[in-house]
Amino acid sequence: MCLGIPGQVVEITDPDAYLAKVDVNGIKRSISVRLLADSGIDIGDWVLVHVGFAMAKIDEREATATLDAVRRMGKAYTDELDAFRSTAGGLANHAKGTVRSDKWPLNSQNPPLKGEKMKFADEFRDPAAARALVKSITELAGDGEYKFMEVCGGHTHTIYRHGLEHLLPPSIELVHGPGCPVCVIPMGRVDDAIWLAGRPDVIFTTFGDMMRVPGSDGSLLEARARGCDVRFVYSPLDALRIAVDNPAKQIVYFAVGFETTAPSTAVTLTRARQLGVSNFSVFCNHVTIVPPIKAILDSPDLRLSGFIGPGHVSTVVGNRPYRFVPEVYGKPIVVTGFEPLDILQSVYMLLAQLREGRCEVENQYSRVVRDEGNPAALALLAEVFELRAHFEWRGLGFISQSALKLSAAYAEFDAELLYSMPGLRVADPKACQCGEVLKGVIKPWECKVFGTACTPETPIGTCMVSPEGACAAYYNFGRLHRETAALVGQQRAAAHG
Amino acid sequence: MSPAVTSDGAQASREGHASREEQVIDRITAIRKRRPRLIDEVVTLAHGAGGKSSAALVDAVFIEAFRNPELEQLGDGAVLTLPSGERLAFSTDSFVVSPLRFPGGSIGHLAVHGTVNDLAVSGAVPRWLSVAFVIEEGFAVGDLREIVADMAAAAGQAGVTLVTGDTKVVPKGAADGLYITTAGVGIIPADRELSMARVRPGDKVLLSGTLADHGMAVMLARGDLGLEADIRSDTAPVSGAVEALLAAAPGTRWMRDPTRGGLGTVCNELAGAVGVAVILDEEALPVTPLVQGACDLLGIDPVYVACEGKFAAVVPADEADDALAALRGHPLGRDACVIGEIRADPEGVVALRNAFGGTRIVDMLVGDPLPRIC
Repeated sequence: MCLGIPGQVVEITDPDAYLAKVDVNGIKRSISVRLLADSGIDIGDWVLVHVGFAMAKIDEREATATLDAVRRMGKAYTDELDAFRSTAGGLANHAKGTVRSDKWPLNSQNPPLKGEKMKFADEFRDPAAARALVKSITELAGDGEYKFMEVCGGHTHTIYRHGLEHLLPPSIELVHGPGCPVCVIPMGRVDDAIWLAGRPDVIFTTFGDMMRVPGSDGSLLEARARGCDVRFVYSPLDALRIAVDNPAKQIVYFAVGFETTAPSTAVTLTRARQLGVSNFSVFCNHVTIVPPIKAILDSPDLRLSGFIGPGHVSTVVGNRPYRFVPEVYGKPIVVTGFEPLDILQSVYMLLAQLREGRCEVENQYSRVVRDEGNPAALALLAEVFELRAHFEWRGLGFISQSALKLSAAYAEFDAELLYSMPGLRVADPKACQCGEVLKGVIKPWECKVFGTACTPETPIGTCMVSPEGACAAYYNFGRLHRETAALVGQQRAAAHG
Repeated sequence: MSPAVTSDGAQASREGHASREEQVIDRITAIRKRRPRLIDEVVTLAHGAGGKSSAALVDAVFIEAFRNPELEQLGDGAVLTLPSGERLAFSTDSFVVSPLRFPGGSIGHLAVHGTVNDLAVSGAVPRWLSVAFVIEEGFAVGDLREIVADMAAAAGQAGVTLVTGDTKVVPKGAADGLYITTAGVGIIPADRELSMARVRPGDKVLLSGTLADHGMAVMLARGDLGLEADIRSDTAPVSGAVEALLAAAPGTRWMRDPTRGGLGTVCNELAGAVGVAVILDEEALPVTPLVQGACDLLGIDPVYVACEGKFAAVVPADEADDALAALRGHPLGRDACVIGEIRADPEGVVALRNAFGGTRIVDMLVGDPLPRIC
């Protein structure tokens, strides 16, 4: 959902519509560079791509500086690397499953199997650096006890996908936070979405992640099986294209996501107006990142040592909105990227702050996050959206000024004004403890229905639906005894060294 | 700010916490061993995706009604013993891929390769195929000719003959263009014994080539994602590569072609049925950078995406080197790798370990990211 992928601009296809072509590992796609219009885009620039939009330029110097810092932190790195190289046949250069061309002849059908690394991704998956960093973290943590919350679902996904939780010493507990936009959509809003999808002239469009989220009577996927025209899109611009291609239909786009994704909806709406599209509307469920962090810090039942701060949201909002975390609540926060080394480095930085008696906002993800964020995107958000007085968050209840609706200037695109949806508030199932999970009060496995009544096939709560939800990530990836995970992992390491 | 303090109390509570977590994990493992339950009231696309929902539908509806020992082998093909003692493999598959043509092949190639491959991984030498067409009214005869020519060419290459068939035409709108069903029969050589039950801890898992090419090629060919890349389907008959492997590694335990649901599903079926652990090495999994890029962009894990010209084989450890060399010597096995091993524990689990010692579970696929790819 909050996925951001590095891509290189290879062609400016339509400067007036801000369209460019990017190359991701050889895959080309047309994307909008409207959000980077102020800073100018040149062929050869590297950008972070999210739902068909360039969110930020990637700063190569910052990326190198971050990797240098990672290597300094993992002081055992050099030794480790030497040991690894001498035993693993140079695997350290091929962190990602792309094997060596001299050893593995090319498949005749598809071009190069290996050799090329994925820039700005593979470097941050370097196994030797990761192992060295884990050693340094273990040393730095000493005999302390730490509880860090990763705010983003994307972080949760990385942590489980790469088995980081079991690599860290047991004295460091990672608590999974509320930053999965799919997980926080309350049931009543899903019911409204299904109601919209059921209108006879409507094509209902949404991200794939939302398709399986249960409402009080089934999901959008089940609505589609009953005959509703529900389509999943990669980008809101794709939904707009469906509207242009189907003038006799009404196209509703189910907009979800934090400030990461809201600008893509904003650009799509300005584009809809430019093109004079009148059969397109947005069911807006965009939420904002700071209020839930505040709500968590105000929650009496949770004691955190610090935050692994949001990454892609911060490309838009910058680092400044988090100052209250150290200044008012006295907790350190490190804005963090989404590769394994990013997360490990962030844990190290948090520990260093605590050890050195510092408490500040630090930016580990400086290759894409600037202090001031993305002013063009923020200006667009201010034009297209306004804050709602209240919004209900799944499990967290009503939080004031925590969500966006379309501004009066864009009222003609607002599905909430165009359709008289039921708009009922539906209480979460009693057994479901998503709220406590989202707040980090309990671990996924501590929920009473986890893995028994609530599984990825039959989710009761939203945390079990999205791959970035804490429960789904734990169930799908993490459900291993710590000892077993260590044993299996060690055997791997042993096989190579 | 000062670092949190530690105490014996904290240590003890941490350990208590850990043991409760293990109890939960054990309870889930026990629940997962139960038969999958079908709770849906209508069939959804997930029931055709080859993952958990498919297993539940097959178990609750089809097995329930048809129950017999041959069916309950649940292989890619049934193994039938003739009164003479000779054994046949018998398999069937339907093809509903959209679009009908994609880089690297067409529904015609798939319809032959799919059934030939199911027979081959059952240990049979594929011989005869039947074919049934369901055609939508209005379908161009020229297009049909081309697809049928693809089938003839594929059959020739795989050494099978199309010996019987059927044609049905349905009114416009009642089908989407063309669906093809093939069934096939192959002969299993007398000395050959392949079955899941023969898999043992310590065995190695081999994969004959790159993952996910077919699924991503079809996904991109549809054009609705706006992705441009020269990714070609790997659709091909694996029977030659299978024979090369079996000649070099006669102790081979079991094989399967990772089509719908991908390698992740195949490994889970093995781990679940036999009660072993399948441990895969992440950086040994062969994926081309193009396919990896497309998967990353879409947030799809290549381990769940279909191949149509690859197979996974479990071989005894002492035959693994010979098996690998034989596969790599075959044109369709040049990217073959040892991708993992069988262990006794954790029972029923497929886990992926990465180069820095991290481990994660690879579960059955839930939901369907890529409908109608074969």
